[in-house]
Amino acid sequence: MSGRIGTRIAPRFSPRFGPRLGRQELAAWSFALPALSVIGLFFMLPVATGLALSLTDFDLYALASLKNLRFVGIDNYITVLQRPLFWKALGNTLYFVAVGVPLSVGLSLLFAVALQSKLVRFKPVLRTALFSPVVATLVAVAVIWRYLLHTRYGLINEGLVALGFSPVDWLGDPHWSMPAIILFAAWKNFGGNMIIFIAALQAIPEDLYEAARLDGAKTWAQFRHITLPGLAPTLLMVSILTIAGYFQLFAEPYVMTQGGPLESTKSVLYLMFEDGFKWWNLGQASALAFVLFAIIVAFSRGLLWLTRRLGVEA
Amino acid sequence: MKRPLLNVGMALAALLVCFPLLWMIAVSLMANGEASHSPAPLLPADPSLAHYRALLGSGGLARAFGNSLMLAIAATAISTLLNTLAGYAFAKLHWRGRDAIFSGLIGALVIPGQVAMLPLFLMLKEMGLVNSYLGVLIPSFAGIFGIFLVRQYARSVPSELIEAARMDGAGEWRIFFAVVLPLLKPVIVTLAVFAFLGSWNDFMWPLIVLTDGQLYTLPVALASLSREHVQDSELMMAGAVITVLPVLLLFLVLQRHYMQGLTMGGVKQ
Repeated sequence: MSGRIGTRIAPRFSPRFGPRLGRQELAAWSFALPALSVIGLFFMLPVATGLALSLTDFDLYALASLKNLRFVGIDNYITVLQRPLFWKALGNTLYFVAVGVPLSVGLSLLFAVALQSKLVRFKPVLRTALFSPVVATLVAVAVIWRYLLHTRYGLINEGLVALGFSPVDWLGDPHWSMPAIILFAAWKNFGGNMIIFIAALQAIPEDLYEAARLDGAKTWAQFRHITLPGLAPTLLMVSILTIAGYFQLFAEPYVMTQGGPLESTKSVLYLMFEDGFKWWNLGQASALAFVLFAIIVAFSRGLLWLTRRLGVEA
Repeated sequence: MKRPLLNVGMALAALLVCFPLLWMIAVSLMANGEASHSPAPLLPADPSLAHYRALLGSGGLARAFGNSLMLAIAATAISTLLNTLAGYAFAKLHWRGRDAIFSGLIGALVIPGQVAMLPLFLMLKEMGLVNSYLGVLIPSFAGIFGIFLVRQYARSVPSELIEAARMDGAGEWRIFFAVVLPLLKPVIVTLAVFAFLGSWNDFMWPLIVLTDGQLYTLPVALASLSREHVQDSELMMAGAVITVLPVLLLFLVLQRHYMQGLTMGGVKQ
């Protein structure tokens, strides 16, 4: 490996096809190629194949023999958009995103700011405690929450009753099933963004606060005029990533409600899973996957556009 | 005035957030049906490990634990190696196409993994890898985010060190293992923690690929068990503890590296 020829200094500004680059270039490719071929073969290629698949009627018969496969153009997309269950699932998913993302990001921000306060003690312990749900296995904590949300013996209902409310059939009532899953998801996820906010808060110069205090600014004014503008780029990035993540809702309803009651927690991804791996309508499921992908892209772009319109620099 | 109030509030909030995990451990030690009382007991009257014995014995979770552990270790070892090699090549080596390929990778970060799942399943079926350990592992062999993380970190490695090693006649592979790798240790630990937790906690892909209960990972086994044993809350809590405890302990030991990775990823704009 360490031949004499390869001993020259890396030619940073050598011509593009300079002979001296050869040896380093060969090594670079041998470093990068294993990872790149895995990503190419098992991610990029399936994505491209998926697009093709979404234009066919791939189903159980095609699974048995590819002779049964037909090209159907955009039929699958039309079928998806004409399906009431798709709109139901999209509505559920949008509900989850529209309530879940602000709640989850809001909690992250609240706890990040509180943990930054000089008045708070035992910060490392608090931070670890608040963060622990993020690393916990989703399926396992979903199982725990199913019992916490139990109508008769669940502690959440016992708390409600103690406060004078009537118990709620969280996972059995179609009006309450999605709020229950949102509550669970916010609890599970807020710690991750909290850590990102803490790092961003530490990057805001302390003298800004110092100057504001000298000017007589109160806590809220400081938050409004220094903290929030300083966090704006991070807030935008965190929101986009969280929205993209929340659109991919699947395991929570799979474990907690199986999409019920009355399809009230069936998400788009849950529908794709059932179409694809329960009914083996892989063509239609692929179309559904790309529709979801398009929706996620549209929402991230939309949010970026909106913040630019509002004049927030990110 | 303000100080004690804020501190008490934060302590209560942290306790509330951790409560489901603490309660899980308490209930897992209770006798059958003990938690289904009103008011629900917070601590077991007579703690016992009976549910753990049942699950790890005939319940089959011991096998799932072994599967999860083996898959997580393999995924961690392979993906950490491949991502580190590639991340270093993107950060410090000069090769044609490097920047174009890298921006392609970053662009592909927006594609949700689920878009690839259906065709990948068909590919693995053709290759005879459905319902096999390898089928579960393959998508986690390398990842764009991991490569990105290493590249960001490896850019801080001084080029003079690498060039000096070249002057001394070291080949590129030797430079990587002898000079660069020790400097990348922090990011490698971060990457490994992410990979291990990601593999251990993954649910959807193993659920799709694995059909044979003997090969189930812990989350898949737990989900299928919880559909059979809806009423047995104490037993299911023990199952949740078996699934969650290893990653929680790993996190407690290595949390600094995990949180570092989060903030490094957070500045990726």
